[in-house]
Amino acid sequence: MSQIVLPGQAARAGFSRMRRREAIEGYIFLLPWLIGYIAFSGGPIVASAYLSLTKYNVLLPPKFIGLGNYTYALTQDPLFIPSIIKTFYYAILVVPPGIVISLAIAILLNNKLAGTAIWRTMFFLPTLTPIVAAAILWRWMLNPDIGLINFLLAQIGIKGPGWLASIEWAIPSLALVGLWTSVGGAQMIIFLAGLQNVPADLVEAAAIDGAGAWTRFVNVTLPMVTPTLFFNLILGIIFSLRTFDVAFVATNGGPARATWFISLHIYQNAFVSFDMGYASALSWMFFIVLLAVTFFQFRLSGSWVFYAGEKS
Amino acid sequence: MLEGVIDRRSATVSKRSSTARAMRFGRWTLIYAIVVVGSLISMFPFAWTFLSSGKDVAELYLVPPTLWPRSPQWVSNYETVWQLIPFGQWLFNTAFVTVIDLVGTLLSASIVAYSFSRFRYPGREIFFLLCLSTLMLPTEVTLIPQYLLFKDLHWIDTYYPLIVPVWLGGGAFNIFLMRQFIMSIPFDLDEAAKIDGASSLRIFAQILMPLCKPALATVAALGFIGFWNWFLAPLVFLNSPEKYLVAVGLRYFNVGAAQGEQAAKPQDHLLMAASLMVALPCLILFFVAQKYFVQGIVMTGIKG
Repeated sequence: MSQIVLPGQAARAGFSRMRRREAIEGYIFLLPWLIGYIAFSGGPIVASAYLSLTKYNVLLPPKFIGLGNYTYALTQDPLFIPSIIKTFYYAILVVPPGIVISLAIAILLNNKLAGTAIWRTMFFLPTLTPIVAAAILWRWMLNPDIGLINFLLAQIGIKGPGWLASIEWAIPSLALVGLWTSVGGAQMIIFLAGLQNVPADLVEAAAIDGAGAWTRFVNVTLPMVTPTLFFNLILGIIFSLRTFDVAFVATNGGPARATWFISLHIYQNAFVSFDMGYASALSWMFFIVLLAVTFFQFRLSGSWVFYAGEKS
Repeated sequence: MLEGVIDRRSATVSKRSSTARAMRFGRWTLIYAIVVVGSLISMFPFAWTFLSSGKDVAELYLVPPTLWPRSPQWVSNYETVWQLIPFGQWLFNTAFVTVIDLVGTLLSASIVAYSFSRFRYPGREIFFLLCLSTLMLPTEVTLIPQYLLFKDLHWIDTYYPLIVPVWLGGGAFNIFLMRQFIMSIPFDLDEAAKIDGASSLRIFAQILMPLCKPALATVAALGFIGFWNWFLAPLVFLNSPEKYLVAVGLRYFNVGAAQGEQAAKPQDHLLMAASLMVALPCLILFFVAQKYFVQGIVMTGIKG
């Protein structure tokens, strides 16, 4: 470099060198994710889109059949559309009560209680129970003849339903198990975190103005936690629509396919029948449904989610 | 009770403060009552699991059910679990995968989050959006091509499918969490270290990571619980029973009975015993780590 360099030039050259260095380092640190994304997410998404247009049983090479899988699923498969409906039915039973109960638990635990660690752990316990054990346990508790719940119901003179063994009650029973395993879990913890962001002075100000506990909750706390509520709602719906473990272990889709959720249908086609092309088409349609539901919620969110940092 | 009486007596003296005190007392009693009842309901099935794990199988199905085992046999039930299934092997497998994946998650998610939060380069926003979008993706969409990819790589029935993807990225949720956390740390700290001649890697390791402890604890604890109870991926990618992770292995008690195999006689009491032993490490970990959880997530809410 020559001796006669204007200060500004030198600074700019140094600046752009720094910027380039920064960019290179940024890419290097990004690299693990980028490779992982291409290999295990982006690539598979493209691959499964292609597979969904083929007939493929793993042993023979994929055979292109156009939209055949999709038309079969929508017009002939006796299980596909019912499985979507059942999945939504389950989600409707699980998500709204789940949100309300976990928010209620979070509000309770947000009080400065003695022994917070113990209470939090007790509410979190169901999340820590291995799913196979939870399923067996509930299968026994909900057993129509010898189960604890019907035994207790009988004590107060109610004849309990057949629960998991009954076609009408199987999905509500799974919803009950799903609620028990989830309300004190991550959702509640996230609500607890959201509640920390509600400014205490705002609540106090409302109290001084004479607002009762319920009014304070509805008009101050609730609006302030709507972003958290929204986050939990989006993820809650996605996770409940994707439910697999509980149904797979507790009922394996039965009785008489009453709990045959879409995730079981995909699993069955992919890893039991090894009909990979068809299963890919099923998972793409399911993916589109999930995207549509999420998109719809984002559109709706403008009318009820309140961001404190946003201009009105 | 006593407080109420005292309150009423002093009511004439300072009516306002005493009613306030009574109300506060009532409020706290109510809160504690609800919390106690709620947590009892919540933990009841877990407690029942513990009680059942000390019964013999016939007693499990008695009508009316017994609460305390008639002839407690916790010790022999727990011993049988170890003899009946390769429980030690499965626990070892699970611990092995969990430890390796935890290290992978922490390293990978934090270094990628470092890139997203502290470096400017073309395409960063798009990459970040792509990363977030994977949160919405149903596992099923990627599972099939992943299975085929692993089959081509001869990785089926090995632990690679459970480890390599975790080391490459560490999960979108964790990256997001770590990014939000790093963004809440003032940039001046980096600048000062840079002027002193510290390299980027050194700033990451010696300045940012020590400040990220709450977020790292959150990622580590949730990650531990997640890996320890991992179900779907091990179910799909592992075939040999001796390679099972414990959450899948527990199905032995279930599937065997359903298929009328050697395990046809019901052994739910053993399953309960096994489940409790599986849940114990998570329970201890949660109890110890729970105070960092809220801290960790709260901080992340600060900057959007």
